[in-house]
Amino acid sequence: MRTICFYFQVHQPYRLKPYRFFDIGDDHHYWDDFSNRSIMRKVAQKCYLPMNAILLEMIHKYNGAFKVSFSMSGVFLDQLEAYAPDVLESFQKLVATGHCELLNETYAHTLAALKSKDEFQSMVKKHQEKIKKLFNGYQPKVFRNTELIYSDQIGAMVAEMGFEAILTEGAKHVLGWKSPNYVYVNSIDPKLKVLLKNFQLSDDIAFRFGNKGWEDYPLTTDKFVKWINDVPEEEETINLFMDYETFGEHQWAETGIFEFMKALPDAVFSKTNFTFSTPSEVAAKISPVGKIHVPIPISWADEERDLTAWLGNDLQDEAFDRLYEMEKLVKNIDDDDIQRDWTYLQTSDHFYYMCTKFFSDGDIHAYFSPYESPYEAFINYMNVLSDFIIRVKEKTTLPQD
Amino acid sequence: MFGWEFPPHISGGLGTACYGLVKGLAHHKQDIIFVVPKLWGDEEPLADFVNASDVTIDYREKRFKKFWKNLTYLEVSSFLVPYLGPDEFKKYTDYSIHDRTDVDESIFSNKFEFSGKYGKDLMMEVSRYALVAAHIAKAKEHDIIHAHDWLSFPAGIAAKEISGKPLVANVHATEFDRSGESVNQVVYDIERAGMHAADHVVAVSQLTKNIIIKKYGVPAHKITVLHNAVLDASIIKSNYEKKVPEKIVTFLGRITFQKGPEYFVEAAKKVIDRDPNVRFVMAGNGDLLNQMIDRVAELRMGTKFHFTGFLKGDDVDHMYAISDVYVMPSVSEPFGISPLEAVRHNTPVIISKQSGVAEVLNNAIKIDFWDIDSMADAIFALLHYEGIAKMFKELGTEELKKLKWEHVAEKLVNVYQKTLSQKP
Repeated sequence: MRTICFYFQVHQPYRLKPYRFFDIGDDHHYWDDFSNRSIMRKVAQKCYLPMNAILLEMIHKYNGAFKVSFSMSGVFLDQLEAYAPDVLESFQKLVATGHCELLNETYAHTLAALKSKDEFQSMVKKHQEKIKKLFNGYQPKVFRNTELIYSDQIGAMVAEMGFEAILTEGAKHVLGWKSPNYVYVNSIDPKLKVLLKNFQLSDDIAFRFGNKGWEDYPLTTDKFVKWINDVPEEEETINLFMDYETFGEHQWAETGIFEFMKALPDAVFSKTNFTFSTPSEVAAKISPVGKIHVPIPISWADEERDLTAWLGNDLQDEAFDRLYEMEKLVKNIDDDDIQRDWTYLQTSDHFYYMCTKFFSDGDIHAYFSPYESPYEAFINYMNVLSDFIIRVKEKTTLPQD
Repeated sequence: MFGWEFPPHISGGLGTACYGLVKGLAHHKQDIIFVVPKLWGDEEPLADFVNASDVTIDYREKRFKKFWKNLTYLEVSSFLVPYLGPDEFKKYTDYSIHDRTDVDESIFSNKFEFSGKYGKDLMMEVSRYALVAAHIAKAKEHDIIHAHDWLSFPAGIAAKEISGKPLVANVHATEFDRSGESVNQVVYDIERAGMHAADHVVAVSQLTKNIIIKKYGVPAHKITVLHNAVLDASIIKSNYEKKVPEKIVTFLGRITFQKGPEYFVEAAKKVIDRDPNVRFVMAGNGDLLNQMIDRVAELRMGTKFHFTGFLKGDDVDHMYAISDVYVMPSVSEPFGISPLEAVRHNTPVIISKQSGVAEVLNNAIKIDFWDIDSMADAIFALLHYEGIAKMFKELGTEELKKLKWEHVAEKLVNVYQKTLSQKP
């Protein structure tokens, strides 16, 4: 069996509003409702609504032979409920076809896996419940950690929670001579299958599709199908993992990205021996070739495929450590507002905005950041966090007095 | 009088000082023509706003007469930015400059028609300012020329050459204050030329006078020290309330080498280690801001040490009002007017011995800027020992009442008279 596995990450953070020093101790609403709503509406019009419609049409057209998978973060789903119920409904329709798999992740698209097993598990549970509630009792079997962050330890943690498989990056420095187009297993707990992103072919679509300076521009289905056929016969799965916003947002409609996707299944069915599968099908049907060793965490971000987009500089580490210092206190506070803010403040994007790697991938960070500089991002986050800490401490000490 | 800036558009103490001086002089019935390189349109209407690019001095001259009889306010449309050296200026302007091909012609045309942002470098702007100054000196009746700091010195010299009237060079800061020992030679040369061309030099502190004698070779008898004052010595009762339970220690100023922000950060760490119930605030902007943020993160005090960015208007007052201690750790501060503002808000202050304000403010803790242990001790003491803080509050406000611009202006009028009498 040879198959293509499409997986899309769907995530929007709750962005912080400009929060000044003078607001600390006074203003406890941190979220930029206006920009969160308008960004959600903009992306809904450009990407979610048109692409969902196309996918639904394709699933019907090929009677389920074409299929996809999503991981929608809990903070994304919260924003759908608040700002875009029409988009939520279109996702529900897709899932209802039975040919659209949903993956589990941490509710707030967090970096908790790197810090606290306890918090990680509770965030995953929270996400499970959300999906169950919104998608008619749906129960995901496959896990995808934030931004494909993975290590042997994280894999073991995920296996322990009963998942069959996990997705991650086919990072060159981990694979070496090995191919991402096989199924591997976690090196600690071999029950957990590991699916690796084929970053060459994925990024041809996600990053290079509309780039007129690219030697292979324009990318046609003929070209893409030829590349797939060039993959050695014994390699069984091509995992195409990307941001869902690739369609219509990162690659505008004018690039022809929608037409490309509409035409792709026909080309694949007529000119190759590939099928389409969801991650759980790949994990179930394709036998693993061996263990993959990932002692140091990897991700799908930037050239380095490591964690430096979120952690490692002083700004990020300071913010991250101060936030998670609150974990134990927050656990004991029965207050919806505190719990919500605690969840949303963990979202990895806040730390991504503080990245100072100007020279290699600064451009892409700037593209996604609402701040003019990582320093501004840090100041704003720390102001909010300072207020949050005050609230947490108030709630903590009061009952003891 | 040739200046750089005038309230409300000020980037530092110079604008405030000029404003105070002008107000004080008006009190002593002096007629003033005030020329600044940039007019924004919302300056306090205490004068006629005359656009220098309209050579026919204009209709609005009459409009504000009743408010301010003695002053004519002239704008030289320019892109001079105070507190930027030539290199920074180049960087700064590179972003926004759209070169105009007709600029060079316009210098020589009858109307100095400069629109918006132009000019390749700072020096060109300075000489342009001087050209306009020469024109004004020819067109406007005056007895004495008063120029503030190096950007306006060429203007002062040019005016003196045209009208032959005596020149007073007012030094608010020298290149040594701004850049330490790595002085910009061109700026230094202009400063030196201005001081030597001047008939008399006014320095804002003894500290500055000493620098002028030592580094610029101006004879001591040619220099008069006129300390800055406060526009209003009354205590400001703010209704603004602090929202956090902790005490607040504040640095407010440009975040540049001259202001010594790094010593404040290091002292903060020492204090927080001893007493976590304190918040530190660094208010302002500057080329060392990001470095300070990095250091605060590195010292792991991000939730106790806050940055506000540049504050203006009410926010400045709010900041003073909620501060329990104000620190000015300047490495080199010719005067430094902000501690006086803090005193007006009843906030005890710690100032560096390397500041001119230390010469006039007795009820403040004075430390060497580099002595972070003493700084931390002083902060801790003012936060915890009510007695000393209370004493400083009471005595500080008494002292303020002696620091009036009218007094400064009176001395300045004496300087004018002396200078005029010496002129053959």
